[in-house]
Amino acid sequence: MNLTVNGTAQRYEESCRTLADLLARPEWAGKLVIVELNGELAGREAYGDTLLNEGDRVELVHFVGGG
Amino acid sequence: MQDPLMIGGVTLTSRLFIGTGKYSRNTLIPEVIARSGSQVITVALRRVDPQSKENIVSHIPSHMTLLPNTSGARTAEEAVRIARLARSAGLGNWVKIEVINDQKYLLPDNIETIRATEILAAEGFVVLPYMSPDLSAALRLKAAGAAAVMPLGAPIGSNRGLQTKELIRILISETDLPVIVDAGIGRPSEAAEAMEMGAAGVLLNTAIATAKDPLLMAEAFCEAVSAGRKAYLAGLGPVEETAAASSPLTGFLA
Repeated sequence: MNLTVNGTAQRYEESCRTLADLLARPEWAGKLVIVELNGELAGREAYGDTLLNEGDRVELVHFVGGG
Repeated sequence: MQDPLMIGGVTLTSRLFIGTGKYSRNTLIPEVIARSGSQVITVALRRVDPQSKENIVSHIPSHMTLLPNTSGARTAEEAVRIARLARSAGLGNWVKIEVINDQKYLLPDNIETIRATEILAAEGFVVLPYMSPDLSAALRLKAAGAAAVMPLGAPIGSNRGLQTKELIRILISETDLPVIVDAGIGRPSEAAEAMEMGAAGVLLNTAIATAKDPLLMAEAFCEAVSAGRKAYLAGLGPVEETAAASSPLTGFLA
């Protein structure tokens, strides 16, 4: 399945079916990640039930240092 | 002395708000928090860098009130989007509105800031807008539901001090919202001066983060803010053009 994550288009394995699957990948693990799926805020409690579809645009953001 | 600052239903005993940017290493942040005595701390929201293991929130003790900023927003809509994303993290409903279109001086766009404040205050956010010190903008921000106004003393990160002092003085005098001087303060003496003028608090980041010894500087700002506040409450003595002797002018030795 092809997804665009933070502006980068990439092919993900078929087992990556939900937002929870995507967030379990090592590059995002251990961070307080906030998700926007196709421009809509994705509820934290529904990550496991939110299915990903071909061509979805995903924004993964988190807090960083700032003033 | 009990002199709390109430904002958004939170009672703050410290009037020094600090940021988390520009530290040489983020592991300094817990000690900076402790030494500054601060209870409110800003963070920014950015795309996750898959290469980085850094997680700023892990350095911030849970008793702190988190104040996410909307840096990067150029319009009210972008600020609203960032604020909603930040709130969804589940770490509170405070937001520092920062809408900037000027990349050289990073001066805030007051008009977009007012629009964003209206929307977010209506959604239940505790809104602290970073603003240019303009009285009509401050009054509109109050009407829009801001919990405080945060005028700049000088451009962000410039350490140039209270360049806008006269305008800030007017905001303090004419708005009944807390006025928190945000941006530009470089020295503890400038923080003290803002507090002596009657500012409700100061927010700073660069002055501590880029000091040679950020921990000692955090302590210096803690004391300066506290001293300035006490001086304001004590009421400064009058300023005179000429000398006014402090010792009696009678009974001199012959």
